[in-house]
Amino acid sequence: MRIYVPGDSAARSVGADKVAVAIAVEAAARGMDVQIVRNGTRGMIWLEPLVEIDRGQGREAFGPVAVEDVSALLDGTLVGLGPTDDLDWMKRQTRLTFARCGVIDPLSLADYEAHGGLSGLRRAAGMTGVEIVEEVTASGLRGRGGAGFPTGIKWKTVLGAEAPQKYIVCNADEGDSGTFADRMIMEGDPFTLIEGMAIAGLGVGATRGYVYLRSEYPDAIEVMNAAVRIARDAGVLGADVVGSGRAFDMEIRVGAGAYVCGEETSLLNSLEGKRGVVRAKPPLPALEGLFGRPTVVNNVISLATVPVIFEKGAQHYADFGLGRSRGTATLQIAGNVARGGLFETAFGISLGEVVNDIGGGTASGRPVKAVQVGGPLGAYMPVSKFDTPMGYEEFDQNGGLIGHAGLVVFDDSADMLKMARFAMEFCAVESCGKCTPCRIGAVRGVETIDRIAQGDAGAAALLTDLCETMKDGSLCALGGFTPFPVMSALTHFPDDFATAKEAAE
Amino acid sequence: MTRMPVAPPDADLRALIDAHLHLEGPLLPILHALQEAYGHVPEAARPLIAEALNISRAELHGVISFYHDFREVPAGRHVVKICRAEACQAVGGTSLADAALDRLGVGWHGTTANGAVTIEPVYCLGLCACGPAAMVDGQVVGRLDAARLDALLTEAGA
Ligand SMILES: Cc1cc2nc3c(=O)[nH]c(=O)nc-3n(C[C@H](O)[C@H](O)[C@H](O)COP(=O)(O)O)c2cc1C
Ligand code: SF4
Ligand code: FES
Repeated sequence: MRIYVPGDSAARSVGADKVAVAIAVEAAARGMDVQIVRNGTRGMIWLEPLVEIDRGQGREAFGPVAVEDVSALLDGTLVGLGPTDDLDWMKRQTRLTFARCGVIDPLSLADYEAHGGLSGLRRAAGMTGVEIVEEVTASGLRGRGGAGFPTGIKWKTVLGAEAPQKYIVCNADEGDSGTFADRMIMEGDPFTLIEGMAIAGLGVGATRGYVYLRSEYPDAIEVMNAAVRIARDAGVLGADVVGSGRAFDMEIRVGAGAYVCGEETSLLNSLEGKRGVVRAKPPLPALEGLFGRPTVVNNVISLATVPVIFEKGAQHYADFGLGRSRGTATLQIAGNVARGGLFETAFGISLGEVVNDIGGGTASGRPVKAVQVGGPLGAYMPVSKFDTPMGYEEFDQNGGLIGHAGLVVFDDSADMLKMARFAMEFCAVESCGKCTPCRIGAVRGVETIDRIAQGDAGAAALLTDLCETMKDGSLCALGGFTPFPVMSALTHFPDDFATAKEAAE
Repeated sequence: MTRMPVAPPDADLRALIDAHLHLEGPLLPILHALQEAYGHVPEAARPLIAEALNISRAELHGVISFYHDFREVPAGRHVVKICRAEACQAVGGTSLADAALDRLGVGWHGTTANGAVTIEPVYCLGLCACGPAAMVDGQVVGRLDAARLDALLTEAGA
């Protein structure tokens, strides 16, 4: 009998390790033949620790499982959720990027291959750089790190650049609140990212890669380091990638707690050992990136989606989606929500369906007030915008952004003035300091919101002006997009900005 | 309380620095390794790093001070990081953090008088679907409530 207990840090944070130990101890005491696999998470975080038992007829899910439940679990008397794959949450998804996450043992390369792993890389190994880049372009894949830039076009620029050394840099800084897809796949299916980076390397002619992984993710760092060693030993990385005769190797580098280092040029400075200050563009990193060399910088999910594109073909991927948003969105549903977790589905689903139908509304049972989409630089979407389809252009038209596809749900007890203040405070704390509108403006923003809270009637207009200045005068999206959460809060929830004033009058 | 660290021997520091010099962009790995070994980036290491990497001490200071992670003095015996970001706020993270600061009698980045606990803000631990979240000495904790956080602080000796 095989028992799966996720080793994912979300599962561990709610007691999965203790459950795994209890199962091992109890099974040993009973003389049962049990093999425990520490898989990644299936993404149903509200059910974690989600334990699965395979008695030879497929996997049955139980959760959340507490240590006290282990006895009944092994007796076969614990009430379960049924076969994992039949759960509504699983059945309704289109799992392409996350197909293996939660299914396999994350560090078993054999498991990985048995589930389709490496077939994309093997196919790419038989293709020229131009063909590889064309395949990515044809898939319609756009960067999942925030800006939604077409990945194929970025790769083409790097392919076309002549240089003695090119680099693939994976952006695993995942600093946005409400996002955990990068962490989940690095912990649950690390070889997918490695394979994606290797394909990128073969495609653009880069022989070296780095993953810039935030220090707040110690578990992911450990798994990725182990996976790189295993891949190197197996010849997936190294001088002769899967027997292609072409070289690619990579390293994991750890960030140091600066949100702005998720911005690609700041990240490159940080990798070089400098202050993580944002660089002016041009030059594009694709032409002058790491150490001045042509560099692909892509998000974890962008790169981790490349293997399935090569395994199933660009057209298969491109067949999903809406408008110019092709393929799947790896939605991360978080905050005050009944069913939070990772849900991968074709672009086009509406915001309301995600929050109410899939997420089940708030965890508190109170009405939803707002959903912040796209991290701390994303807008607060009111319920009146719930028919907005998940798509880059569609969100843009509705005053929002998809970003890294994290959704943070708030119930009606949320004070939107406080959330606007927090956005400014966060910008002030994390600003790289290069531009005045961001560095100083964010501090003024906090003060101005405090004045609104104290009943200063003119302060709201001042805040609006300040946001305009930040939008126009900031080099990167930290200063430039902080106005999104601030102004959306002010515009859609004016009552929260008026109560103190009215009370004072 | 600030414990004055004893300066580690130059030879140890140099060995640790040298072990990273083959890397491209070795500075952050060096700083992480020093902090891992000593709980902070020892003052005594600075001239050695500057010399090994051929950068000015001002430049080095600029880098160390840019990043929230690097400490100039050691933290308390346990480091408790509480998530202050939006998804945790949506499930009561703010009042939880306030209560913890109240109980410890310190502000963010403060260390309790007995040197047991340093408390720090963190902006997201990737546990946004099981918040409020915290990290105690590198161990993640989710679905925190007041009682659980209190127990963690007591366990840490606060
Ligand atoms: C302040 C700031 C923070 C960012 N943080 C991240 C991040 O954590 N992860 C990420 O992939 N992209 C982040 N980005 C976007 C990157 O600059 C860049 O667009 C991305 O890494 C490109 O990869 P993609 O095309 O695959 O999305 C951030 C941008 C800004 C302005
Ligand atoms: S907007 Fe802010 S974070 Fe971005 S470059 Fe300017 S100062 Fe730095
Ligand atoms: S917002 Fe707290 S863990 Fe992400």
